[in-house]
Amino acid sequence: MREGWEPLKITVNGVQHALSVEPRALLSEYLREELGLTGTHVGCDTSQCGACTVLLDGKAVKSCTVLAVQAEGSEVTTVEGIGSVDDLHAVQAAFWDRHGLQCGFCTPGVMMAAIGLLQERPHPTEEEIRAGLDGVICRCTGYQNIVRAVQDAAGRLAAEQDRAVGD
Amino acid sequence: MPLIGVPHKRVEDPRLITGRGRYTDDVRLPGMLHAAILRSPRAHARIEAIDVAAARSAAGVVAVYTGRDIAGKVGPIPTAWLPPDSDIKATAHPALATDTVRYAGDGVALVVAESAAAARDALDLIRVSYEPLPAVVEQADAMREGAPLVHADAPGNIAFHWKAGQVSDAVFSGAEVVVRHTFRQQRLIPNPMEPRAAVAQYDRATGDLTLWATSQNPHIHRVLLSGVLGIPEHRLRVVSVDVGGGFGAKIACYPDEALTAFAAMSLGRPVKWTETRTEHFLATTHGRDMVIDVELAGRREGTLEAIRVRNIANMGAYLSTAAPGVPTILFGLIVTGAYTFEHAAVDVYGIFTNTTPTDAYRGAGRPEATYLVERMVDLFAREIGMDPIEVRRKNLVRPEAFPYPSALGLSYDSGNYQRALEQALATVDYLGLRREQAALRGHGRYIGIGCSSYVEISGLGPSEVAGAVGFQGGLWESANIRVHPSGKVTVFTGGSPHGQGEETTFAQIVADRFGIPIADVEVVHGDTARIAMGWGTYGSRTTAVGGSAIAVAADRVIDKGRKIAAHMLEAAEDDVEFAQGTYQVRGAPERSETFQAVTLQAYLAWNLPEGLEPSLEAAAYYNPSNFTFPFGTHVAVVEVDPETGDVKLLRYVAVDDCGTVINPMIAEGQVHGGIVQGIGQALWEGAIYSAEGQLLTGSLLDYPMPKARFFPTFETAFTETPAPHNPLGAKGIGETGTIAATPAIINAVVDALQPFGVGDLAMPLWPERVLQAIEAGRDGR
Ligand code: FES
Ligand code: FES
Repeated sequence: MREGWEPLKITVNGVQHALSVEPRALLSEYLREELGLTGTHVGCDTSQCGACTVLLDGKAVKSCTVLAVQAEGSEVTTVEGIGSVDDLHAVQAAFWDRHGLQCGFCTPGVMMAAIGLLQERPHPTEEEIRAGLDGVICRCTGYQNIVRAVQDAAGRLAAEQDRAVGD
Repeated sequence: MPLIGVPHKRVEDPRLITGRGRYTDDVRLPGMLHAAILRSPRAHARIEAIDVAAARSAAGVVAVYTGRDIAGKVGPIPTAWLPPDSDIKATAHPALATDTVRYAGDGVALVVAESAAAARDALDLIRVSYEPLPAVVEQADAMREGAPLVHADAPGNIAFHWKAGQVSDAVFSGAEVVVRHTFRQQRLIPNPMEPRAAVAQYDRATGDLTLWATSQNPHIHRVLLSGVLGIPEHRLRVVSVDVGGGFGAKIACYPDEALTAFAAMSLGRPVKWTETRTEHFLATTHGRDMVIDVELAGRREGTLEAIRVRNIANMGAYLSTAAPGVPTILFGLIVTGAYTFEHAAVDVYGIFTNTTPTDAYRGAGRPEATYLVERMVDLFAREIGMDPIEVRRKNLVRPEAFPYPSALGLSYDSGNYQRALEQALATVDYLGLRREQAALRGHGRYIGIGCSSYVEISGLGPSEVAGAVGFQGGLWESANIRVHPSGKVTVFTGGSPHGQGEETTFAQIVADRFGIPIADVEVVHGDTARIAMGWGTYGSRTTAVGGSAIAVAADRVIDKGRKIAAHMLEAAEDDVEFAQGTYQVRGAPERSETFQAVTLQAYLAWNLPEGLEPSLEAAAYYNPSNFTFPFGTHVAVVEVDPETGDVKLLRYVAVDDCGTVINPMIAEGQVHGGIVQGIGQALWEGAIYSAEGQLLTGSLLDYPMPKARFFPTFETAFTETPAPHNPLGAKGIGETGTIAATPAIINAVVDALQPFGVGDLAMPLWPERVLQAIEAGRDGR
């Protein structure tokens, strides 16, 4: 272990990692630099943009606001962990269908924030979606298609749930 | 199945929604080092000494360079737009300052270390002694007699002085109505969500340098950096595939990318540099920042006659790559807007100040021009007591007048400005709104309706014109279409989309022409090793110019295929028609060959017509004969709370005409994003410098960016008036929203506040400003 670094046990996208980290390393840095999970983006240095949003123990959190060592023993889900090209998460599918992204840089964070939002409010109104996205900035889309995508995702998740109940 | 006009899902999205995009900062190479740049905290100072000893010996630090260390190795960054007859002082920007820093953020030293954190830590160990010099921030102050000089060889801090058109004083002295006004276009920070970044890898054995960079125009970066770094152009590869937005800020060539490349070459290891967001505020170009005086002459019955404009543009401390073109050509030539002014004249001063250089920002010159003319039309309407919509109806260029020669020498290509205006008005129910407005005023509520009928110059542009106006490059675009033996297709484009979705729209154009599935077409962009040449993505040019190049190349492929098919079908070439992916002898449907079969034959070459070479591939270099002129009308409906000064957006209607729409879903998305940026300028965004040249709005904490909750659902629609001079009929949609929205909002707020005697408001409309204006109006001030 490098001098002054601390051991860290963490589960990311279902995989356990035991690595050492610099105590000052942010969770966002750890995910990108140590694990190579570059889907989590860093758009600012003042915790405003939300591009770095991940699920930390199931809650949407800006990963630049958390030290990696604070995530000891936690479960982290990044955009790479929610779905794949062949098996998209409802939110990913909805962002694709509704043109919820342009340059795509904010998108992983926005989708993770949307997942967090829909966990708290499975049937949000447009106003609730807009308010719920206050932690993220998108410079490209004007938000309208992001809102549509979140509405669409809510419908898909509800349908998935119905199917699951039906099974 | 026709694919033009179809809202096809984007083919670039699967990688982006699964976190598999590869933005520049995602590139990681074995042995990679990290760079950080020390930036001047002062706006203007002489550098007395730089002590890098402590930084050099810090843990993890591999190298530290000052301006003296790179002398002769990294040349200054040049300006690439030199408007003619403007006495331009294109003082090149040293990659690191040696004697004098000229703005807060100017680079002073470069640190390269084993980790990004170590590089940043070492910046704190560098000691620079500065002898402060007086700084100048506002353009008006910079022009004053005795003002501190930013560059000794630019007296009066005048970087250039450019003029177009003429209006004699007699036109104004004899006019029935003259309206004069001064507008301030505040400075904006582009803030694409992806910060700028560069990764450089140098192969000492071959001399090849690969630079991954956040660029809107990698080929322009290649040619400029090859000069700056002294690397032969064919040894330099610039890669910019996934780029997280640009909005003009990733057009310019910056010192930072050159320094990163230099470090990789000197150290023989890959080097990465990524700006922090706070660094972006200082080190990446800003937009707008103009003070514009306008005089408008017209007749009492509502006819607009003449417009005279003086623009004092703040260029910052150096002339950035495309910067001189923004307040001159891109602004000056379109100040007459969508109206039939008989006379127009523009007089533009570019002024040096001790601030971050300005350059293109979404719309680049055209939003500023549209703002002044759309505001002036409203002020004129008020002066003559006419509904501003009536003034527009009276003066918009009429459909039968196209191609319309504007007073400033442009030829507006095509349009039906009235149709877009009337459709927007019908959508909002203009007359109903006016009634509602009157009724609400009786209850102490103030809604306002603001209109903006714009036309923009886009589809940049004819290369001959580019040359004539001093752009140091061409503005044509390249396309290369390679049909593989199986009939799958790779398209290489010189356009460099970074969010605009051309991997999809270009695939649609090709699949539509070839009659094959979109999935059979791959679009390659943003890599100088794969694409021979290209001019990149800005000025809403990529679909109109790059897409046209693709259409021409596709037709060449089809023509060669026709020769082969005719030979296979033993028919005359003229008798073979191509439709829906099949070559067929006219009138004999049983005699046909598929596109795929013909392609295979092109590669097998077992039985080709005499003299025809094997393979199926075509290139096109499309040089447009004119600019394109998208247009439309946007209408904003707002409510202003006279107690708090808050502006609430009630409705926003946009009717845009960008010619033929290739993918309406993508086009609509461009409009949404543009509107939000335009409203951002109207209501919230604005960079503020202290008198000493410190950027007070230097982070996302202090600079308000538009958020989702600020907006209602926009109501958008398109009319389609094809561009007559390109094979697609496409005009461009990337900037229309930004151009149209800002004046629509201000016109709406001023309209709402008419009972308070408010005639104008300074942007952005922060509530305290709105309140002040209301109070000033109430006091009759
Ligand atoms: S990187 Fe911007 S909020 Fe985390
Ligand atoms: S899609 Fe570009 S920032 Fe959101």
